[in-house]
Amino acid sequence: MEIANTGKEKDRFIVAVTGRMDAVTAPEFESRLLNWINAGETHLVVDFGGLEYISSAGLRSILTIAKNLKTRQGHMALCVLQDTVKEVFEISGFSTIIPVFESIDAAIKET
Amino acid sequence: MPEITSPARMEHLEELIQFVARHAETAGFAIGRIREIELAAEEILVNIFHYAYPSMEGDVSIACRSEDGSLILEFSDTGVPFNALDVPAPDLAADISDRNVGGLGVFFVKKMADEARYRRERDHNVLMLVFDHHRPGSEGRVRTGNVET
Repeated sequence: MEIANTGKEKDRFIVAVTGRMDAVTAPEFESRLLNWINAGETHLVVDFGGLEYISSAGLRSILTIAKNLKTRQGHMALCVLQDTVKEVFEISGFSTIIPVFESIDAAIKET
Repeated sequence: MPEITSPARMEHLEELIQFVARHAETAGFAIGRIREIELAAEEILVNIFHYAYPSMEGDVSIACRSEDGSLILEFSDTGVPFNALDVPAPDLAADISDRNVGGLGVFFVKKMADEARYRRERDHNVLMLVFDHHRPGSEGRVRTGNVET
């Protein structure tokens, strides 16, 4: 899994994630994002366009981050989910608690 | 029957998942379905890593076979008797603050597999998962016939 800050637009801190988010790699995703949040980046747009796989461990990390942001009046939007990842979000009901958009632009504009 | 055995520890997750994915691919499963099979396998394995051996080290084995177009995976360990399938489903409607992911992994297993069965065989936990080419209830499945109503 690769995680990178790919820019900042309208105060939205953009993070791109590629590869697989499983029980081995999810803790890294969580700690990288929490580091950015602790540094003051509380409005995140996470680009999952290159994410090909996610398991419940990945959802656990996303939930931890969303709960942390909520206590700071922060916000996280996800965008461009591949089919399998989208399916996991839908089955788990996560797509109703975390905003998901079709493009980075839409995530920036509508959050 | 192809089988892999490794210590039941997180650092072996990747090689175990790759073993499963290779066999699903050889059995002719589509990439999307392979990801679903990998997901079910990961959730079972992580459960075993966390709970099977609370006070000692132990192994986990996966046996793969194809039968009538289905892929059958059998996970076995010699840990404490534990049927992961008994774990209750999470509350899928709770909002962010009340949301908890306990039980979500097993919920995914039941969604992705066509059949899931646990048995205690001497000192082994054996969990068998059966996968057809399309996820139960998916559009692909519906198109294949009208036997499931």
